Amino acid sequence: MPGAIYAEGLVKTFGDVRALDGVDLDVPEGTVLGLLGPNGAGKTTAVRVLTTLLRPDSGRAVVAGIDVLKRPNDVRRSIGLSGQFAAVDEYLTGRENLRMMGQLYQLSARRAKARADELLERFHLADAGDRTTKTYSGGMRRRLDLAAALVVSPPVMFMDEPTTGLDPRNRQQLWSIIQELVAGGTTLLLTTQYLEEADNLAHEIAVVDHGSVIARGTSDELKARTGGERVEVVVHEQGDIATARSVLSGFGKSGSVTGEAAVTVEQHIRRLTVPVSGGAKLLAEVIRELDARGIEIDDIGLRRPTLDDVFLSLTGHAAEDAATDADAGKNGGTGGTEGGGDGAGRGPGAAGASGEAARGGGSTPGGTRSGSQRSGARGSAQGEETAE
Amino acid sequence: MTVITSQAPAARGGIAGSVRDSLVVAKRNLIRMTRIPEVVLFGLIQPVMFVILFTYVFGGSIQVGGSTSASVYKNFLMAGIFAQTVTFATAGAGAGIADDMHKGLVDRFRSLPMARGAVLTGRTLADLVQTALIILVLSIVAVLVGWRIHNGVGNMFAAFGLLLLLGYAFSWIGALIGLVVRTPEAATSGGLIWLFPVTFVSNAFVSTQGMTPWLRHIAEWNPFSATVQACRKLFGNPGVSDSGAWPMQHPVWASLIWSVLIIVVFRTLAVRRYRSATS
Repeated sequence: MPGAIYAEGLVKTFGDVRALDGVDLDVPEGTVLGLLGPNGAGKTTAVRVLTTLLRPDSGRAVVAGIDVLKRPNDVRRSIGLSGQFAAVDEYLTGRENLRMMGQLYQLSARRAKARADELLERFHLADAGDRTTKTYSGGMRRRLDLAAALVVSPPVMFMDEPTTGLDPRNRQQLWSIIQELVAGGTTLLLTTQYLEEADNLAHEIAVVDHGSVIARGTSDELKARTGGERVEVVVHEQGDIATARSVLSGFGKSGSVTGEAAVTVEQHIRRLTVPVSGGAKLLAEVIRELDARGIEIDDIGLRRPTLDDVFLSLTGHAAEDAATDADAGKNGGTGGTEGGGDGAGRGPGAAGASGEAARGGGSTPGGTRSGSQRSGARGSAQGEETAE
Repeated sequence: MTVITSQAPAARGGIAGSVRDSLVVAKRNLIRMTRIPEVVLFGLIQPVMFVILFTYVFGGSIQVGGSTSASVYKNFLMAGIFAQTVTFATAGAGAGIADDMHKGLVDRFRSLPMARGAVLTGRTLADLVQTALIILVLSIVAVLVGWRIHNGVGNMFAAFGLLLLLGYAFSWIGALIGLVVRTPEAATSGGLIWLFPVTFVSNAFVSTQGMTPWLRHIAEWNPFSATVQACRKLFGNPGVSDSGAWPMQHPVWASLIWSVLIIVVFRTLAVRRYRSATS
């Protein structure tokens, strides 16, 4: 029994570009799937195929039990689409927009009017309901766009990067609306560039890159594959590396690789990395222990996996920018992909590459939360960069 | 949100559903016009300007039916200006549709269980209303500068009907252009450029008699010329061509046939294009 959203072998090419290269999806009814991936990964193309906007070159898709290619108009009755670009008419008022959508969803004029009032109330737009949407803030427009997709309470919803470009407050607000929706039983496919967003909203995450799903699992599973939390230490003296390594190995979380082998060492930058579990408290212990041995530290930090880390470990290239792929690849060698399979066994190359990527352009909001925990001027500067 | 099953009623198929959806979209476009009155205003200023410029600059120098009287030219010219106005108004359809694509509205509409052609039909219907308004204002201005009709009100309305039909037909060409070029800016200029040869290689501003034979042939078979000739006849204005070309001999029929043909062909092409539109 396929789920509320089901896709099998979707392929779509635009010229030389394989936007979708055999995508399989299966979203059980009442759950949320987060499609996570960088720009150009094929997320939007997948949504466009599933919402009947685009015909795939090959493959099969079933939404709400209806074949997307054979009965597109029946699918349209059962879905709501909320886009990356708030698609409402800017010269119409919020109320007029919703009434129009209702009528085009084939509600009677009276029913559409009542529903518009209801939705304006629910999305905190009642006061602005009779203003043209041109005057709305970005967050208001996004809420109206979402309301427009919910006019008939469709059982299946698609949201293409619903919070891209929103400030944290509006993002939070939209998240709670989405959570409410899902609690009501709606099946949702959500695309996002933010691991945090997928983390908050999705039951399952499918990581998309170059038109195919390269990994799937819960947020915890993906993070675990990426290596989970780890402590990074940069020692001041080359000569201290061996001692520091033995100290850190004592803190490594138990896994398939234990002892000193679990500690990654980058000799040239005097950096050691060890996967841990235990958070900030553990970090304090590490500092004390290193201090007790008289090891001078340039930088120390607790790092949680970011989208970049997930990407690096899965693909060997950074999520943020395709242009940095080559660089990340060079630094990291091919270790990224291998490391991804086994969190504890990350090769030195992979760790190096992920470090670079996080520094270069962390795309996750609040990604490296440990930034403030780093000691030393250089460390906090990095923290600010990566947190942006 | 506790409702799991869709509340969307089954889509009404067929013509009734299509008409309803088209009217909903037309209403949307008409509301837009009231919110951006500048667009309608400029749509009015342009033809009024043409009437004044042509009347006072060319009037007196252009020979119509053996007379160079400015008053004769004025009465000859009006049918041409009317026809030019209804066709130029169609550039708006293209720009509007390109804008909708650009802003993602077309994606939204295409994801709704609505009639396929309704977004385009709604837009062209709204343009028709705007065109009718412009004709009304323009005819008042025309009377003020000395234009008169001589064959009764019935024939006048028949002429206006043909003009509106021509305008509606051309707005489907505009719609197709808007879908093809995809940016509002390109649609605005792309929607106008082709109208210049169409309106000038015709009987609208000068008699076709002075044109070289091959050009004259094109002008006389130009769908635009048929409507102009029909209007002159119905208004009882001077300068009705006595050419032997069939559309000049039967201008009302020719105008009707051309307009319907354009609607059928370009509506089909535009709707097909819309169905696979990507913004």
